[in-house]
Amino acid sequence: MKSRALSPAPSERERRGNRLLQGLRRFPLHIIIVALVLIWSTPTVGLLVSSFRPAHLVTTTGWWTAFIPPWNFSLELYEQALSAAGMGQSFINSLFITIPATVIPLMIAAFAAYAFAWMRFPGREILFVAVIGLLVVPLQTTLIPVLRIYNNLGLTGTFVGIWLAHSAYGLPLAVYLLRNFFSTLPRDMFESAALDGASPFTAFFSLALPLSVPAIASLAIFQFMWVWNDLLIALIYLGGEPSVAPMTVTIGNLTNSLGGGWQVLTAAAFISMLLPLVVFFTLQRYFVRGLLAGSVKG
Amino acid sequence: MFENRLLLALIVVIGVPAATVAYAWLVEAVLGRIRPTVARGLRPWLWTGPVLLLLLVYLIYPTINTFIISFFNANSTEWVGLANYEFIFTNNAVLIALRNNLLWLVFLTLFTVVFGLLFAILFDRVRYESVVKSLIFLPMAISFVAAGVIWRIMYDYQPPGQDQTGTLNALVTAFGGNPVAWLIERPENNFALIAVAVWIWTGFALVVLSAALKGIPVEIIEAAKVDGANELQILLRVTLPMMGSTIAVVATTMVIYALKAFDVVYVMTNGNFGTEVMANRMYKEMFNFTHFGRASAIATVLLLAIVPIMIINIRRFRQQEQM
Amino acid sequence: MKRWLVLLLASLFAVAFAQGELRTPQEAALEAAGGEELGGSVSVLGVWGGNEQESFLEMVRPFEEATGIDVEYTGTRDLNAVLFTRVQGGNPPDLAGLPGPGQMAQFAQSGDLVDLNEVLDMEAFGNQYADTWSDLGTVDDTLAGIFIKASVKGLIWYNANVWEERGWEIPQTWDEMMALSEEIAAGGETPWCEAMESGAASGWPGTDWLEDIVLRQSGADAYDAWYQGELAWTSDEVRQAWETWGEIVGDPNMVYGGVPTILTTNFGQGGNPLFTDPPGCYMFHQASFMTDFFVESYPDLQPVEDFNFFPFPAMNEGDPTSVEIAGDLFGMFNDTPQARALVNYLVTPEAQAIWVERGGAISPNQDVPLELYPDPIAAQSADLLTSAEVVRFDASDLMPEAMNNAFWQGILEFIQNPEGLDDILSNLDRVQQDAYSDQ
Repeated sequence: MKSRALSPAPSERERRGNRLLQGLRRFPLHIIIVALVLIWSTPTVGLLVSSFRPAHLVTTTGWWTAFIPPWNFSLELYEQALSAAGMGQSFINSLFITIPATVIPLMIAAFAAYAFAWMRFPGREILFVAVIGLLVVPLQTTLIPVLRIYNNLGLTGTFVGIWLAHSAYGLPLAVYLLRNFFSTLPRDMFESAALDGASPFTAFFSLALPLSVPAIASLAIFQFMWVWNDLLIALIYLGGEPSVAPMTVTIGNLTNSLGGGWQVLTAAAFISMLLPLVVFFTLQRYFVRGLLAGSVKG
Repeated sequence: MFENRLLLALIVVIGVPAATVAYAWLVEAVLGRIRPTVARGLRPWLWTGPVLLLLLVYLIYPTINTFIISFFNANSTEWVGLANYEFIFTNNAVLIALRNNLLWLVFLTLFTVVFGLLFAILFDRVRYESVVKSLIFLPMAISFVAAGVIWRIMYDYQPPGQDQTGTLNALVTAFGGNPVAWLIERPENNFALIAVAVWIWTGFALVVLSAALKGIPVEIIEAAKVDGANELQILLRVTLPMMGSTIAVVATTMVIYALKAFDVVYVMTNGNFGTEVMANRMYKEMFNFTHFGRASAIATVLLLAIVPIMIINIRRFRQQEQM
Repeated sequence: MKRWLVLLLASLFAVAFAQGELRTPQEAALEAAGGEELGGSVSVLGVWGGNEQESFLEMVRPFEEATGIDVEYTGTRDLNAVLFTRVQGGNPPDLAGLPGPGQMAQFAQSGDLVDLNEVLDMEAFGNQYADTWSDLGTVDDTLAGIFIKASVKGLIWYNANVWEERGWEIPQTWDEMMALSEEIAAGGETPWCEAMESGAASGWPGTDWLEDIVLRQSGADAYDAWYQGELAWTSDEVRQAWETWGEIVGDPNMVYGGVPTILTTNFGQGGNPLFTDPPGCYMFHQASFMTDFFVESYPDLQPVEDFNFFPFPAMNEGDPTSVEIAGDLFGMFNDTPQARALVNYLVTPEAQAIWVERGGAISPNQDVPLELYPDPIAAQSADLLTSAEVVRFDASDLMPEAMNNAFWQGILEFIQNPEGLDDILSNLDRVQQDAYSDQ
């Protein structure tokens, strides 16, 4: 849009010739991209093909043999995964857990990151670096002390308990990434907003948030994904009873204690991946260029 | 707690987001009513308050607890001084784990950042960007149990002469090589595990770096073009420097995740065949051997290991302030 | 038919049934609950998933029907982490599967487990369970855990069709078995399959081998001293066992695929080469639960007809018959009426018969009739359990976790480098000194 306005308008003929030439020049680019993506996707393709094969063949032959006659494909593993007791219920439970556990940390981390980026207060350097330091804390060491607090407060086994836990565990990264993003926003924009009498509340919601949509969208995806795929934290704070168990618990229970029946995990993996991928695709349109267009004095 | 699931759904979808916005609104409403000088001093604490409170309860308090019990015996009943630290720094398995974490730190960080950057820049130039980006991102959406299954299919081994069932060995033997036991042979196995982590985490690097790339104002690129810079020059002199702080953030995050690498090792080798890492060792000491003292000592060592990274970040923080 | 006639016949049958065999599970459940419909719920944490979880839920269904108590089951393969955290955090489940006797002792000593002597009808329990089982569940005179499901370890599986074709006899002693192995190896084929991979527990199939050998070579006393930490790994008894196993696992002509295959093959798929054409191997050492895995890879296989087992042979003719067992322990963390009712129900033959009939389990309760087992192989292994002269529980499961873990790793190292046995054993001795002192 802006870029096009800058270059002189080419004639129709020139434009077509350019496009052809450009297409040819860009051919290697496409080849490289496609090759890289193919290599990257091979493991996933192997899983996808396996998930459509009969269970006994998954353990005894390679997945590519499915493409050699006789084409042995079957929906057996999907049927088995979908018919597992409580799968539907646990899908809903996963949503109940994941949505608030994504929204809460994003919002409060954005407040804090905004303060770290644009407000002056004593001790903020130390505090901010401490937040980064907390990234390295192994979650397993926090489980027992927090569970003791939960028992005293009656939070064990409640959704509120797990929302807060996931929120807290996601905060260090969220604050870190968002502060970095906020501090790259142009300072004079906020200064002039303040001169115009805008409160920090207004500046935050009408300037900082809209301009950081790509950063917030990417964080939202990560947090959503981690909470969605979490198993241990849910088992500790929420328990695995069918009324509250998330999908990871139900899927984990598809194999027996000796690891028998692991083939069904191939199908289950795709079933549980579906929603996160939809979320990713939906949020993709916020990864756009030029949100800051016009705000920088060149 | 919530008997009515419909009510729960409403709370989930509307109540919780509204409550977070209401908090910010309330804070400003209150601050607007008190003296501006007091408000100015109070505001940052109210804005950071919820975060600090949650971190205090869920991470800071348990970490202090961890630090203290690292000086106690297995079930935290007896003061043992530095004995746990002495044990972990003389224990062969822990020393191997330290070495491996160093490998993880270097190679996981290097490859995720390089691949993430490469993909972000390449994909930015094509119209099907969202599709290819999703495919690279896909591994991030896979739970680690499923990732274990995927890579079992990749790394599977059958004796030479038999039909291979693992993807990689099928390729190797198709080109006339001998099958490799990827997870057994040293030092290949450590790299085989790091490769899995790179495969998963590159999606993270890609998404963050790509967001930063999109954040570079178009005018700056155009101005460079008008000045006659070619694409490579723009990349090296404009794009990369402008992404510098985000690259540093991604690298820092990956260094930290390399230090606490656990999932991949736990599902694939559990630290056998010389692939142990610190976090997996901590997990064993804690939940299998129930030696809380030693587990806590390992966690404390991990915490100390990132002090240099924090110092670098303080420096960067100050630089950004001065910009 | 007239209504009264139906009632009469029904009651006659009921009486006949009650006298001869088992009651209905509902009756057993109601009695376990003290004859009351208690209502409420009981939370259960266990390691079972997949078909095991289904069987367990099937087993408690009559209990739920008869007593109105909801059984809320949570399964996880990370039982160690979840159970320890919940107990330490003060939020244990009412009942839980215990990872092993070692962990049970730890929980019992710190007072987390309820003494089941006060909960169970000890007279009936004593009559129905062999002493071995109650001894294993006892810590310092309190009954801390009960077994509701067992398996027999150390069976040697073979492809019955192939053995018949070749005309091989079932070996009765270790020497006969080795003679046959050498005969097969001399013909350019590999007699054995070995498979050590099992995720986080890789190496355990090898510990079963060593335990089987120690038990038969040096006897039950040495075996007991060994798992109790009183017999050193570098002692002659234990070293000899490693060397004996080394005759198989350390000889590339003896084992299918060589070292990388042994280490990378999941034990569940380890027996697959028995059934390929031509066979990759002819014998595979694994527990009674192996049948599930055979059928998972080759759904057409029939027990006895296609695959069968012989018990791990004695070292010498005339030695007592020995068998190694393992089982799933259950403990009670919260003393509620509902939890009491469920424990009382789970030990009944009526409850355990349900899982036995569904397959995949051997009941430790002697009152579960052998004819309930779904196939002759399951019945045979159940019979082995009751008829053996020496019965010992899986030694590695009885060791402290740190010892058990080091044992697994020692197995993997030994397979990679049998020459390094001295180092492996002295390292295990070091762990032994450290691990047992903590207990």
